[in-house]
Amino acid sequence: MNTSEATQFGFLDEFAKKEIRRTVLKAIAIPGYQVPYSSREMPMGRGFGTGGLQLTLSIIGRGQTLKVIDQGSDDSVNAVNLRGFIESVCPSVNTTTNTADADLIQSRHRIPELALTENQVLVLQVPYPDPLVIVEPSEEKRKIMHGEADYSRLLVKLYEDIVHFDEVTISHRYPTCINGHYVIDPSPIPRYDVPKLDQSKALVLLGAGREKKIYAVPPFTDATPLVFDDQPFHIENFIDQDGQRRACQQCGSTESFLDEYMDAETQTLVFQCSDTDYCTRYLSSRNNGALHSNTELDNSAEAVELAND
Amino acid sequence: MTKVLEVRNLSKVYGPGCMQCYESTGPEFGTNICPSCGSIVAAHDISFDLCKGEILGIMGESGSGKSTAVKTLFFDQEPTHGSARFYDSNKQHDLFSLNPAQKRNLRNHRFGMVYQNPSLGLNFNVSAGGNIAERLLMNDLRHYRQIRDRACELLSRTEVAIARVDEQPGNFSGGMQQRVQIAKALAINPPLLFLDEVTTGLDLSVQAAILDLILEIQQEFETAMIVVTHDLGVIRLLAGRTLVMKNGRVVEAGLTDQVIEDPQHAYTQQLVASAL
Repeated sequence: MNTSEATQFGFLDEFAKKEIRRTVLKAIAIPGYQVPYSSREMPMGRGFGTGGLQLTLSIIGRGQTLKVIDQGSDDSVNAVNLRGFIESVCPSVNTTTNTADADLIQSRHRIPELALTENQVLVLQVPYPDPLVIVEPSEEKRKIMHGEADYSRLLVKLYEDIVHFDEVTISHRYPTCINGHYVIDPSPIPRYDVPKLDQSKALVLLGAGREKKIYAVPPFTDATPLVFDDQPFHIENFIDQDGQRRACQQCGSTESFLDEYMDAETQTLVFQCSDTDYCTRYLSSRNNGALHSNTELDNSAEAVELAND
Repeated sequence: MTKVLEVRNLSKVYGPGCMQCYESTGPEFGTNICPSCGSIVAAHDISFDLCKGEILGIMGESGSGKSTAVKTLFFDQEPTHGSARFYDSNKQHDLFSLNPAQKRNLRNHRFGMVYQNPSLGLNFNVSAGGNIAERLLMNDLRHYRQIRDRACELLSRTEVAIARVDEQPGNFSGGMQQRVQIAKALAINPPLLFLDEVTTGLDLSVQAAILDLILEIQQEFETAMIVVTHDLGVIRLLAGRTLVMKNGRVVEAGLTDQVIEDPQHAYTQQLVASAL
C-alpha cells in the first residue's frame, strides 16, 4: 500500500475519530460501561481486530510509538497485518516490539508481562463485549441487568462450575467487576492477566468492532474478578507433577505466562513464554549476566543460580 | 393481625377498552368479552386484604380471572385500574406506582411465586441447586458453602432427595419439579407467596404431599399466601378465606367454611354441588 499525500492520516476521517474519542471519554467516565459507537467499515473483516484498530487509529498521534501483539507475539499474522496497515496509513508513527518503548500497545489475547506505566495506553481487541450474553440472549434485558448490577445469573454459572468440576472452569474472558459496578468481558485474556487490570497504571481501552461497543478500565481503578467469598480467584500456576513451577524452555523464566505445545520432532510437551518480547529480553539479560560473571567473580554464583532456575 | 397486602378495585382489561366494558360484562351477562369493543375484561373490581400467616384462596373456573389477579400483583402483567399496598416490616409500598427497578427488587427480595408450569419458575439449563442459588445470589449471599448448605436444607425440607441437588430439573418428575419450584420460591423466606394452580396435573398422593408442605410452611414461617386454584379440595384444605370468581368478577367472598357450607351465589352453589 502506498502512502500518498491524499491518504488521511489514520485512515479514518476526522468525524469518525472525533466520535470514537468522545466514546472513549464516556467509557472512561463510566468505568466498565459498554458505550455504543458506530464502528466504521475497515479494509478488513470484522472480527480481525477492527474494534481495537479503530481505537488505535483514533488516538495515536504523529511521532508516537506503537506496539502490536497477537497472543503475546509481535510476529503472528494478525499483529503483522495490523502493524503493516497502521504503518501505511500513519506515516509518522514508529513501531516497536519493545513493550517499554511503546506509547500505545494494541493487543489480542494478552497483556504484556512487563508492567505498563502511566504513560502507556493498552488497546484490547474484543470479540464479545457483554459477559451476560451467555445467560441472557436479549440485549434489552442485559442492559437492565447491567444497570442494576444484577449479576446473579453469572454467579449461578460459577456455582454450577464449582458443583461439577470443583473449580471455576472459565480459562479466558473471565467476568471482572470494574469500580464496584459494571462487570465486563475483559476480552480473551487468560485468567493470568486479569489481576493486571486491577489498579493498572496504564489506561486500558477495549474495542469491539463487530458488536460496536467501546469500554474502558481507567488507570488506578479496581478490577475484581467475579467470585464467591469462600472460593478465591486462581490464576494459572503452571505447576508440574512434581510441584515445580514450569520454566520457559527458551529463556528459563518462571514468572511468565506459558504456551503449551507439542514438539513435532521429539513428540514432547514444550512450554514457552507467550510474550515473545519478554522472552527475548529475559534471555538476553541472562546471557549478558552470564558474560558479565566471567569477569566479575562476585556475580558468578548468582548467574549460575539464575541459569539453573 | 398485621396486614401484609391490601388490594382495592383491581381491574385488568385486555384490548382497547370502552365505556361499556364494565357495564356489559360479568356473571349476569355470562361473558367477560365486551360486546361493543371486543375487549376482554379479565378481572374487575377485586378488593381484599391479606394478613400475616393467612392463606387466601381464589377459586373459579378457567378464564375467570383468578390467575390474572395474581399475575398483576407479581408484576407479570400491568393492571388497568386499582391499587395494591404491600406492608413490609415497617415500610409500605404502593405496588402499581413503583418504578420497574423497585418492582424487580420487591419480586426478587420479598415475593415468591410458584407457577402451575414449572418451566416458568425454574431454569431448566441449570441444576436444582443452581436454581435455588440464583435466588440467594440475587439477595447478595456470595458464599458458596452457605448457598450450597441452604439449597440442600431447602430441598430436604421440600422432600427432594439431596443426592439429586446437582441434577437438572428436566430429569425430575412433575411433582419433584413443583417441589423444587417451591424450594426456590422459599429460599429467601418471602413474607408473601403466590401459588398459581400448584397441584393441578399432579397425581393425588403427590398433591397431598405438596399441600401438606404448604401448610407446614405457613405454620413455620407465617408466610402470607394467595392460592389460586379451581380445585375445591385444595381450597377447603388450605384457605382460611376464599374469593369465588366468575367472568372476571368476585361473586362471593368469605370464610372458606362458610362459602363451602352455605354458598350464596348461584355459581358457588353449582360449584359446590358439582364437587360433592
